[in-house]
Amino acid sequence: MNNNEALPGKLIAVEGLDGSGKSTQIHLAHQWLKGMGCKVFFTEWNSSELVKEATKIGKKKQLLTPTTFSLIHATDFADRYDRQMLPMLKGGYIVLCDRYIFTSFARDGVRGCRPDWLRSLYGFARIPDLTLYFRLPLKTSLERILNGRPNLKYFEAGMDMGYSLDINESFRIFQGKVMEQYENMFKSFPCVTIDATKPIHDQQSLVRKTITETLDIAQFQKGGPK
Amino acid sequence: MSKKRFYHLPPPAVDPSKLSGVLIVIEGMDSSGRSTQIDKIAPWIEEKGYAVSRVGLKRSQLVGDALDAAKQGNVLSAQTMALFYATDFYDQLENRILPALRAGYVVLADRYIFTLMARDIVRGVEYEWVKSLYSMAVIPEAVYYLNVSWRTRVDRTLSAHHTLDYWESGMDIGLSRDWFDSFAIYQRLMSTQFRRMQKEYGFEIINANRNAEEVDRDLKSRIGSLLERRYHL
Repeated sequence: MNNNEALPGKLIAVEGLDGSGKSTQIHLAHQWLKGMGCKVFFTEWNSSELVKEATKIGKKKQLLTPTTFSLIHATDFADRYDRQMLPMLKGGYIVLCDRYIFTSFARDGVRGCRPDWLRSLYGFARIPDLTLYFRLPLKTSLERILNGRPNLKYFEAGMDMGYSLDINESFRIFQGKVMEQYENMFKSFPCVTIDATKPIHDQQSLVRKTITETLDIAQFQKGGPK
Repeated sequence: MSKKRFYHLPPPAVDPSKLSGVLIVIEGMDSSGRSTQIDKIAPWIEEKGYAVSRVGLKRSQLVGDALDAAKQGNVLSAQTMALFYATDFYDQLENRILPALRAGYVVLADRYIFTLMARDIVRGVEYEWVKSLYSMAVIPEAVYYLNVSWRTRVDRTLSAHHTLDYWESGMDIGLSRDWFDSFAIYQRLMSTQFRRMQKEYGFEIINANRNAEEVDRDLKSRIGSLLERRYHL
């Protein structure tokens, strides 16, 4: 990964299984930073307008292979990275990412894409200044998703892998494998692990404390010190 | 089969030993006469009794529309464009080229990863990154590079279209505001990249400054003996 150039902004990423509550947590952190008048920008996985159409078509028609699935997400990421994240970082913003390259490493890794190929693919992406990994037992994550209204989508449930004809069962197996990937990855990659079984408010206190330790909030406040 | 079939390793879930067909690539810059040659070669191979599948760099249904829309606005970075094209390439590779090779077809490709790589590199994307990006591509049995002088290509382009193409003139890069100058610089940059790949990827250089019949004879004799070797030995 490419961190050659020092940038005035800071990059914060959250990762974790579906149902880990990471989106809630980063949303609360976003509100908090905004409330303090910070220059902050939020972006989420798979959200580039330009790429959306292709992703939709491919997913609907189930045309995607592990390789094209991975590439389409890398295209989405690169588009957001080059046109939003990097300029924002250069402009001195705190950039919050709901899922980052680790999501691809985990999911595409389960789909059989080779780790070295994936790492090279995302070689242009900076290592976050802070990576928060929301960890919870597989069982809890599955309960949270499957006990709600499990409107699972084909690829989200890993149906393309042919684990099971039952979409809920396929999701269980797929999530288990994604979890293994995350656990292995974050054994060696620096991150702050958050216990996602704790009450939302407790987690958020820890998130805020960690952010405060990672960056100097005052530096990012509009009209604050440059 | 012990021969290496992929530049690095095959895409997930692809078994190289099942690929009994032959991939033949015709590369060359614009107006080098590629499609004219392929139009003659494809039926000729079929006459010899081999099934032929023609592929090109045309957009697949997967990213075609999105890519066209993005090109319209010209807002994507070189890197994003590279990934878009790579998605499109692998879609074709996995859904058209590999199935045809599995079925024992002769796959005739009107351009391949080399044109895509050259375009990306000219736009500032790193060579090593692009190489890794395309490292799951099938290695062709032969890459015939139609080499045509700059003068001939300019003449052919202008007489065929009476204008220059925005992308093929590299107007998106901002080489020059003058279309002809930009076209000239861009074509030179592209040919530098092709020269660089020549040795690494083992292109057979075909002198395509000759008239179409001579080029056709040359290609047929090469392809004829290649098919002989591959299917009968």
